[in-house]
Amino acid sequence: MEDKNQWPLYEVFVRARGGLDHKHVGSLHASDARMAIDHARDLYTRRQEGVSIWVVPSKAIVASDPTETDSLFEPARDKIYRHPTFYDIPDEVKTL
Amino acid sequence: MSAAAPQVGSEALFRYVLRLGDLSLVLGQRLGEWVGHSPALEEDLGLANIALDLIGQARMLLSYAGEIEGRGRDEDKLAYLREQGAYFNAILAEQPNGDFGQTIVRQVLIDAFQLELYERLAASHDERLAAIAAKSVKEVRYHLRYSSDWLVRLGDGTAESHARVQSALDLLWPYTVELFAADELDLAMADSGIGPRLPEVQSAWSARIEAILTEATLRRPADRPHAWHGKRGQHSEHLGYILAEMQYLQRTYPDARW
Repeated sequence: MEDKNQWPLYEVFVRARGGLDHKHVGSLHASDARMAIDHARDLYTRRQEGVSIWVVPSKAIVASDPTETDSLFEPARDKIYRHPTFYDIPDEVKTL
Repeated sequence: MSAAAPQVGSEALFRYVLRLGDLSLVLGQRLGEWVGHSPALEEDLGLANIALDLIGQARMLLSYAGEIEGRGRDEDKLAYLREQGAYFNAILAEQPNGDFGQTIVRQVLIDAFQLELYERLAASHDERLAAIAAKSVKEVRYHLRYSSDWLVRLGDGTAESHARVQSALDLLWPYTVELFAADELDLAMADSGIGPRLPEVQSAWSARIEAILTEATLRRPADRPHAWHGKRGQHSEHLGYILAEMQYLQRTYPDARW
């Protein structure tokens, strides 16, 4: 579904600071990957939100099917023993 | 730069700092005209970001100029209450936006100039100027990345985009000569180790522009003598309109505050 009058869509991921992971922050239009980085810098890091940017063509993202939500995610609900909630986390650990 | 560099008077330094500040101020104001009119929402923000960087540079420089002058004029008084003839920007900055391509051409030409200028000013004997330049050079490096990327896309793009930016380049090129035409003030600043030698800035600028134009498949126009002196306060017909819009509020409601 490429519209010649519309630049392709990119998804933007920003790393807030060293040691953290890149988080999805939104999307934008750009004609190429380098322009997408520039736009992401101008749109999503103008208030010092980040130190690193990833951009990914939106069409490269494969998403789970919303109609399969029940079968994909419900079965995990009653398996609380998978959560590491039985450990004491030291106060010094900030970004677990 | 020798330790025995001659001193310059505060009047000369005042005018020199205004030259630097007015270039950023007028170009920033011009770019601001794009807000709400850009070809894409993303470019709206991109151009506005550059405009705000430039206004920020102008604020630092005009504040400093006001302190040098010592007559109680702050950045706002200098920006909003000077007449056209007391503005000292090179007139390339005040040339109209035209289409997006023309704005980009003007931006590339000035970004590359400010980059070479600030890189050298960062080593100025004047500590305040050196600090302002060191901060601004990071901004300008991004501005040139943005503008030169666009010039390459447009120049090496479609036949239509190529023709448009080539004609914008032909239109604006003659105004670049003034940037490097050193007058007594530029020479005095260079002699005292405050400002860079403009021929040095010019050859670095020229090499940089040459590389960008080659990649953008654009033809470099020939240099021609120029007959304008925005740096001395003699402006094209465009600056008056810019100032009328920019200064309207302060002149109509003196000392109005945000």
